[in-house]
Amino acid sequence: MTPDEMKVRDYILKIYDGDVTKCMHCGKCSASCPAYGEMDIKPHQFPSYVAHGEIAALMDSKTIWECLGCSACVERCPRGVKPGKLIDGVRQAVIRQRGGSHLYPEQIPAMVDPETPQQLLVSVLRRERK
Amino acid sequence: MQRIGVFVCHCGTNIAATVDVSKVAEAAKHEPGVVYAVDYTFMCSEAGQNLIAQAIKDYGLTAIVVCSCSPRMHEATFRKVAEENGVNPYMVEIANIREQCSWVHKNMDEGTPKAITLMKTAVAKVNLDAPLQEGEAPVTKRALVIGGGIAGIQTALDIADCGYKVDIVEKEQTIGGRMAQLDKTFPTLDCSSCILTPRMTEVAQHPNIRLFTYSEVQEVSGFVGNFDVKILKKSRSVREKDCTGCGVCMTKCPSKKIPNEFNRGLNFRTAINIPFAQAIPNVPVIDKEHCIHFKTGKCGICAKVCPSHAVDYEIQDEVIEEKYGAIVVATGFDQIDLHKFGELGYGVSKDVISSLEYERIMSATGPTGGHIVRPSDGKEPKDIVFIQCVGSRCEPDDRRGKTYCSKICCMYTAKQSIMTCDHIPGAKCHVFYIDVRTPGKMFDEFYRRAVEQYGVDYIKGNVGKVTPLPNGKLRVHGVDLLDQKEVELDTDMVVLAGAIEPNPSIRPLATKLTLSIDNNNFLNEAHAKLHPVEAATAGVFMAGTVQGPKDIPETVAQAGAAAVKAVALLAKDKLKTNPCVAQPDELYCNGCSVCANVCPYGAITYIEKEVRDHGVRETRRLAQVNPSLCKGCGACTVACPSGAMNLKGFTNRQIMAEVDSVCQ
Repeated sequence: MTPDEMKVRDYILKIYDGDVTKCMHCGKCSASCPAYGEMDIKPHQFPSYVAHGEIAALMDSKTIWECLGCSACVERCPRGVKPGKLIDGVRQAVIRQRGGSHLYPEQIPAMVDPETPQQLLVSVLRRERK
Repeated sequence: MQRIGVFVCHCGTNIAATVDVSKVAEAAKHEPGVVYAVDYTFMCSEAGQNLIAQAIKDYGLTAIVVCSCSPRMHEATFRKVAEENGVNPYMVEIANIREQCSWVHKNMDEGTPKAITLMKTAVAKVNLDAPLQEGEAPVTKRALVIGGGIAGIQTALDIADCGYKVDIVEKEQTIGGRMAQLDKTFPTLDCSSCILTPRMTEVAQHPNIRLFTYSEVQEVSGFVGNFDVKILKKSRSVREKDCTGCGVCMTKCPSKKIPNEFNRGLNFRTAINIPFAQAIPNVPVIDKEHCIHFKTGKCGICAKVCPSHAVDYEIQDEVIEEKYGAIVVATGFDQIDLHKFGELGYGVSKDVISSLEYERIMSATGPTGGHIVRPSDGKEPKDIVFIQCVGSRCEPDDRRGKTYCSKICCMYTAKQSIMTCDHIPGAKCHVFYIDVRTPGKMFDEFYRRAVEQYGVDYIKGNVGKVTPLPNGKLRVHGVDLLDQKEVELDTDMVVLAGAIEPNPSIRPLATKLTLSIDNNNFLNEAHAKLHPVEAATAGVFMAGTVQGPKDIPETVAQAGAAAVKAVALLAKDKLKTNPCVAQPDELYCNGCSVCANVCPYGAITYIEKEVRDHGVRETRRLAQVNPSLCKGCGACTVACPSGAMNLKGFTNRQIMAEVDSVCQ
């Protein structure tokens, strides 16, 4: 792992806020995933990729853009590993490395469709709060 | 003044790596009363014990301090050495410098001063120790076994064969337990009932065994060797001595739509019922909740048709009081409720069943007479999916499952898949697994047989979803982690290997027996390795799955172990009692009753006694401790407002001396 990769991994782990060593490789996450077929690195592989420091591969993967964010894997994981949050973390890391592709709080009201239910906004912010 | 010897143990490097033991011994020499101090590699070894014996002779020691491991480990060893060399065993104090010192510190700078403090504390206490004498209590030569499954049956038979009386209390109406519900047993494929029922009959016929079925332990008091137990024998509404077990009542009973618990609710039973043909005793019970006579006062058909006039609605519950010397707890297990696993279709489709339900379907005494059919339409399944680890191996916060591996599922799933292929020619079995865990004699070979000879399809991966299809099939959606691909199977039946858990009845029972249970309600042993069948409460033992997940051979072996421990207790004519009991000081006691109110064992009573205080004669109400009931917990000593109550061996003065030495 390069020092840069290590930095990114720490960043991902901060967003993720879980423990990849809890994973027992049962595959419940992949079995529950509606986008499994479209993914190149499968949800159950994410914890071991992070543990082994293969961060670049994760950041290049198709998976982070195919994940629907439905959280079925988070909900059903018997070990509390939350693979979906790990995918979120990698995606966030990629987006933030590109820079500039984020909103400031004052920009949000102008860009949000007034028809959007407030509940949706709250739930999105909650999910992405880190 | 005492003549104290201090012995500091290295415990190999366990203590010596983080405590400078020679410094501790050197420091001990300056403590009041200490006439000899030494350190040695292993104090518990024969050479170490000889060292103590020699020092007692050479220096005329009257008290001994051993700085070593926890007193739970070797206090008894060192007390024995003292006793054999003419020093009262209660003049020995242990300073725990291993578990409470060397193991929790990383370096000598922290470990050594703390070890010295602990040594000083023990010296301060031993200076005030007084010789104590153990009392004696008789032993009731009768054992109680709670639970009538294979664990309880085996324990009772083993105790009875040693010549002691045993009573079995079973809450169900028949003994046999879970093993009676199983079809075949792995890895030999012996018929479960065929090997169990002869043992059940043996229990019924054994002159030393009494059976209380449909009964529960209501109250337990007393102590090791002398337990007083109240057993609630619930009314069967059928006289056992008259009933011949002919079963006419069952055929005529009009209340027929009650879910059959023995068959895990897969079919119905009548209100008056015998769960299976080999039941012991073979006498029905009237289920008062569902019986038309008990609900409305009408019906009474069973009483009319009974050829031996055994049915009697007037029989009342009965409480039996008995004394026991030893108690063995063998309350067994149950399978967890699988309704929480909605994504796997349990409770949604009738064809998604638990492994124990599948055992009943495979069993010749089951609802289908041993024909494997789908519960929904009675058709023979040609394709069956088994899912392992349902609710096992979850993280502690998981709301649906248990943290442990249930241990038996890998083997019974292999068995069930083999049996399925035997029953239904051409059937295809698939097993979704996380890991296949089959350690044991001929166990892995058995699992390989399923794969190699029966072509059972083992898929490494979990199942995400089971969906019932309109054509009656079940669509199983999972992944194959080895081939890295999605798996979608349309199958006829799904069997879930649900986690096992201790029978829920253990919780109230553990309270009655003051037993300790872990986070999963399994009983805690007195020591995980060296006292595996003894409970922390003296005189109580355990056998079978109440202690942890295990299969039948392990259960039977543990039952034998528990029986030997119980017999070893019953074989004694007298038991030595702990002399460290509470003792009130008559001059300080004001008879306020505070101590009696906090005593959990009912050991304190009051007497009116004439005392002479400063020349004045008066009658006072004074506390009195029954030493055979007192467990030495010390609750009374801290509750007593006037400081009159002392625990022998742990007197208030001794505790204060210890505190003073820590605070110096």
